[in-house]
Amino acid sequence: MKLAVKNQRTKKKFHLRIPSQTEYLEIIREFVSRVARKVGFKEDDASKIELAVDEACTNVIEHAYGGDGKKMIDIAIQVDYPGQKMSIIITDQGRGFDPSKLRAPDMKKYLQEMRVGGLGVYLMQSLMDEINFEVKPGPKNQVKLVKYLMNNQRQK
Amino acid sequence: MNGFEVMRVDNGEVSVLRIKGFLDAHTASDLEREIQRLLDQKRFKIVVNFRELNYISSAGLGVFMGFIEEVRGNKGDIKLTNMTPKIFRVFDLLGFPTLYEIRDDEQQALQSFNNQK
Repeated sequence: MKLAVKNQRTKKKFHLRIPSQTEYLEIIREFVSRVARKVGFKEDDASKIELAVDEACTNVIEHAYGGDGKKMIDIAIQVDYPGQKMSIIITDQGRGFDPSKLRAPDMKKYLQEMRVGGLGVYLMQSLMDEINFEVKPGPKNQVKLVKYLMNNQRQK
Repeated sequence: MNGFEVMRVDNGEVSVLRIKGFLDAHTASDLEREIQRLLDQKRFKIVVNFRELNYISSAGLGVFMGFIEEVRGNKGDIKLTNMTPKIFRVFDLLGFPTLYEIRDDEQQALQSFNNQK
């Protein structure tokens, strides 16, 4: 595990590189929620960010890398001021998928059919303000999750 | 390190599973194993108490989806209790409250099983 912190005036960057294994999801969650709280997100939004990142990393571990625990996941966080947003970019070098086939699932149908897959993507979309996939199987797959701090404050 | 625990308490025909810690893609299999053990023993009336659970991801919710059909097919049910607002939000976002009975506490869930007899 490599943890680097870089301080800038308008931007702060945090980076975690961690083996692709479910047992480390708790470390990923801890890392992301600690940073979120530190930069000013309320508990409620910090826990949304934490869950969205868990879902993205679980997808990488189970699908992109197909359970190969020797592979690595990169989690880069960027906090922008004064835009006041937190972006989390999760990168893997595994199997990609076709993002055009990615739609918000019909939850009612999903639950009736008791399908488990796809829930994570739906959650990520519900919990974050923006979500963006960039897929180049092998070289680099990325999912970018964004949460605005301003929204956070308005809601309170 | 053990981030997840299940404690089982049998109450007549009903089995209560009190879950503790975090339920994610790593620990979901522990809960799966415990529920499978109940089904192997033909115990289909199950209450899951979330009081000491502080985190759940979709992998955790998937466990309940994976068993509910078999459980209901055997005249049983999985009733969920004592969720904190944080845990309930995840269930709510995925539309679970329309498909699962979610109660305030174990007593209510036990009562509800008794009323179904």
